[in-house]
Amino acid sequence: MKVHAQRLIAARLGLALLTLLIVSAIVFGLTGLLPGDAAQQALGQAATPEQVAALRHQFGLDQPALQRYFEWLAHVVTGNFGTSLSNSMPVSQLIATRLPNSLMLAGLTTLVSVPVALLIGILSAMFRGSLLDRTLNVLTLSTVAVPEFLIATIAVLIFAVKLRWLPALSYLSEVTSFGALVRIYAMPVTTLCCVIVAQMARMTRAAVLDQLNAPYVEMARLKGASPARIVLRHVLPNTIGPIANAIALSLSYLFGGVVIVESIFNYPGLASLMVDAVTNRDMPLVQGCVMVFCSAYLVLVLIADMCQIISNPRLRQR
Amino acid sequence: MSIDKSPEDVAGSGVRLEELTRRGAARRDILRAMMASGMMSMTGAGLLAMSGQALAQGKPKQGGKIRVATQSSSATDTLDPAKGAVSTDYVRANMLYNGLTEYDSHLGAQMALAQSIDTKDATVWVIKLRNGVQFHDGKALAPADVVWSLTRHKDPATASKAKTLADQFKEVKASGPNEVTITLQGANADLPVILADSHFMIVKDGTSDFKTAVGTGPFKLKDFSPGVRTVVVRNEHYWKPGLPHLDEIELVGIGDEPARVNALLSGDVQLINQVDPRSAARIKGTSGFAVQETKTGGYTDLIMRDEGGITGNADFRRGLMYLLDREQIRNTVLLGYGSIGNDQPIDPTNKYYFAGLPQRTFDPQKAKFYFQKAKLGNAPVQVYASPAADGSVEMAMLLQQVAPQAGLNLKVVRTPSDGYWSNHWMKHPLTFGNINARPSADVIFTQFFKSDAPWNEANWKNPQFDQMLVAARGEPDEAKRKKIYGDMQVLVHDDGGIGIPMFLSSIDAHSTKLKGLGSIPIAGLMGFKFAENVWLDT
Repeated sequence: MKVHAQRLIAARLGLALLTLLIVSAIVFGLTGLLPGDAAQQALGQAATPEQVAALRHQFGLDQPALQRYFEWLAHVVTGNFGTSLSNSMPVSQLIATRLPNSLMLAGLTTLVSVPVALLIGILSAMFRGSLLDRTLNVLTLSTVAVPEFLIATIAVLIFAVKLRWLPALSYLSEVTSFGALVRIYAMPVTTLCCVIVAQMARMTRAAVLDQLNAPYVEMARLKGASPARIVLRHVLPNTIGPIANAIALSLSYLFGGVVIVESIFNYPGLASLMVDAVTNRDMPLVQGCVMVFCSAYLVLVLIADMCQIISNPRLRQR
Repeated sequence: MSIDKSPEDVAGSGVRLEELTRRGAARRDILRAMMASGMMSMTGAGLLAMSGQALAQGKPKQGGKIRVATQSSSATDTLDPAKGAVSTDYVRANMLYNGLTEYDSHLGAQMALAQSIDTKDATVWVIKLRNGVQFHDGKALAPADVVWSLTRHKDPATASKAKTLADQFKEVKASGPNEVTITLQGANADLPVILADSHFMIVKDGTSDFKTAVGTGPFKLKDFSPGVRTVVVRNEHYWKPGLPHLDEIELVGIGDEPARVNALLSGDVQLINQVDPRSAARIKGTSGFAVQETKTGGYTDLIMRDEGGITGNADFRRGLMYLLDREQIRNTVLLGYGSIGNDQPIDPTNKYYFAGLPQRTFDPQKAKFYFQKAKLGNAPVQVYASPAADGSVEMAMLLQQVAPQAGLNLKVVRTPSDGYWSNHWMKHPLTFGNINARPSADVIFTQFFKSDAPWNEANWKNPQFDQMLVAARGEPDEAKRKKIYGDMQVLVHDDGGIGIPMFLSSIDAHSTKLKGLGSIPIAGLMGFKFAENVWLDT
C-alpha cells in the first residue's frame, strides 16, 4: 500500500480517537441530566437521606462533575475502566463476560445475513423489473417493516411453545455441539437477519444497478461475456466500496440495537448490560459500554473505508 | 417465653398445634397450648415439618435439577443479603443463607439458626444458637457471625435496605459460647419476626466483600454472574435433616413477562414468578402447568399528601376514597387476583386485621358531597401514576373515568418507571405508591405511618397514633395488642390520607412435575423460600 493510502488510514484512526473522546463527553453530560443518581437507584424506594449521602460519598458522586469526568478519563488512558457502582465489580470484567456473547451473536448473524443479502441484491439487480426482483423486494421490505419483537415473539410461540423444536431462551451454557449451537441461535439470528438483510440487499441492488448502466458493462456484453461473468468479474469489484459501507452500517446495529432480541431470548449480551447500567445510573459501566459500541462502530466503518481504498486502484496506487 | 426443640416431642399434640397455627395463632397461644398439654418444649423444625405435611403432595423425591426464572435480574444482582432489593436477590439469599428465624405459612417466626429466643421484657433478648451448624466452607456457626451480621446494617456504607429496622438494635453482643444477647432501644415483642427478614440473614464474621457467598443455607454457590444467572448445588451438610430435595437450581432473570411465560410453557424453566393475571388463564389452560396464588399484604395506594394544598383537606380525601371503585379494580385490573382493601394497611391474612371496620364502597354521590364541602371547584387536580407502582396507571384511568360524576376534574400524569421512586413518589400532592408486604403490623405502621417515618407517604402526623404504636409494640398481652392495632387501623382508615383499594396477590406458575410449592403470605415463590422445600416428581 502506498503512502497516500497509509496517510488516509492514519487520519481515520486519529479521527476515531477524537470521536471516542467527544462521545464519552456527551454521554457523561447526558447521563448527568437523567433524574436520580447511582446512590438513589441502589437504595431504591427504601432510601433515607443519610444513607443516600453516605453512599454518594462512597461512590465519589459528591465531587464536581467535571472532576469526575477527568478522573475517569485519566484512568481510561491507563486502561482502567473503573469499578461498576451498582455491583462493585471491575467494569472491564463485566464487559468481558458479555462481549463474547455479543460478538458471537453478531458474528453468526453476519455469517448468515451478508451472503443472503448479497445474493438477493445481485439477483434482483440482474433481473431488474422481473417478477423475481419484485417478489424479493416485497419480501425484504415486509420483514424489515414488521417490528422485531413481533417476529421474535411469534417465532417463540410457534417453535418453542407449540412445536417445542427450539428453546425459548438462549442458554449459553448448553453449547456443546454444532447441533446445539444451531438450535440455540436459530431464532435470535433469524430475527436479527430479518431486520438487517433488507437494507444491505437494497444497497447492493442499487450499487450493482448503477454499475450495470456503465459503458464498460456494455463493452463486456459486446465482447460476449455471460451475464454471470459480467456481474461477478466486472461489476462486483467496482461496487465493493458502497456495499462494504452498507454492510458496516447494518452490522453496527448488531451491537447496540439488539436489546429487544436480547431481552426476549434472555440473551446475556452487552446491550442489556448497558440498559441496566443506564437504569442504575452506573456511570463507569455506561461509559465502558458506550466506548465498546462506539469502537465497534468505528472499526466497522474503518474496515469499510479500507475496502473502498483497496478496491479503488486510484487510491491504492498513490 | 422459650421455645425449645426436638421433633419427636411434638408429634402428640400435632393436630391441635396445627389447628392453632392455621388459625394464625400467635407464638404465645401456641406456647400456652403446649403448657396446657404438658408439652414443655417445641421445635421450630417440627412445626415446620407439620405445616409442610399440610401442603404435602405425595412423598418428596430426592435429586434433580430445575431452572427458575424471576422477573428482575440486572447488573445490580447481589450476594449480600443486606443489599437485597428484588425477588432474585431474596431467592438467592434464601438458597445460600439462613436467618436466626424464618417465617411459617402464617408469618409467625419459627426458629432457624437460633435454637431458642428468650426475653422477659421484650427489650433484652437472649438468643441460643443451634448446635452443629456449618458454613459452606466447614466453619462452625459462632456468636461472632451473628453479631457481625446484625450490626453491619447500622453502617451507612453497607447500604443496607434494613437499616431503619436495624437502628433499633442498641447493642448486639456475644454473651456466651453459643449465645448472643440483643438489647433494643425500646420494647418490641416482634423481634423474632423481624429477624426472619431476609436482610438479616447470617453471614460469616467480617464478610464485607460479597464476590462469593459462604452461608449456612440449603444450597452452595456454584456460579454467579450478575444479570445472567445463579447456579447453586445441594449443601450435603445442611442442618435440616433430609433437606433440600433438589441437587441443583439455576436461577435466571427474564424481565419480559410474555417471555417468562413462554419459557415456562416451552419447558425451558420449571418455575416463574410475577405472572400477569392475564397470562394466568392461559397457563391454567395448558396441561402440565399450574398457577399458585399467594395472597400478600402488599398494596398499591393512592397517596393524598398533606402539604397545605387541597390534598390535605379531610373532606377532599374522603371524597376521593369514595371514588375508588374497588370491585371494578379487582375485576378489571387484577382479574380477581387480589383482595379488597379498606384504606388501612393491615390485610385480611394478618392476625391483627380488624374485621369490624365498615367497608368503604364506591359512592360518587358521597364523593360529590365531600368535594363540595371541601370547596373543590373546577381546578384540575393532577395524579401521578407509573408502571413502577403495579396497577396504578389502570387505577388512575378508572378514577379519571368516574371523576366527572362527582364533579372532579382529574388529570392523570403517566410517568415512566425509571426514576419514579426518587422523583415522583411522595413528591407531588397526589401520587401512587406501591408497598411490598411487611412481616408485621408493627413494621408497616412504623415505616409508613409513624409521624417521623421517612416514608410517611401522606405526611400524616398523629401523636395519638404514635403513642399507640409504641404501646402495642411492648404490649405482652396478645388480646390487648390486637385491640390497639384495631384502633390504629380505624385511625388510618378515617384520616390517614392513603387510599388502599386492593391488596395484591402474587402469582407464580410452575410445571406440575414440581411439587411442594406452598404459600407464605409475605411474597410469592413461597416467601422466596421455595428452594429447600420443592422437589421434582419424575
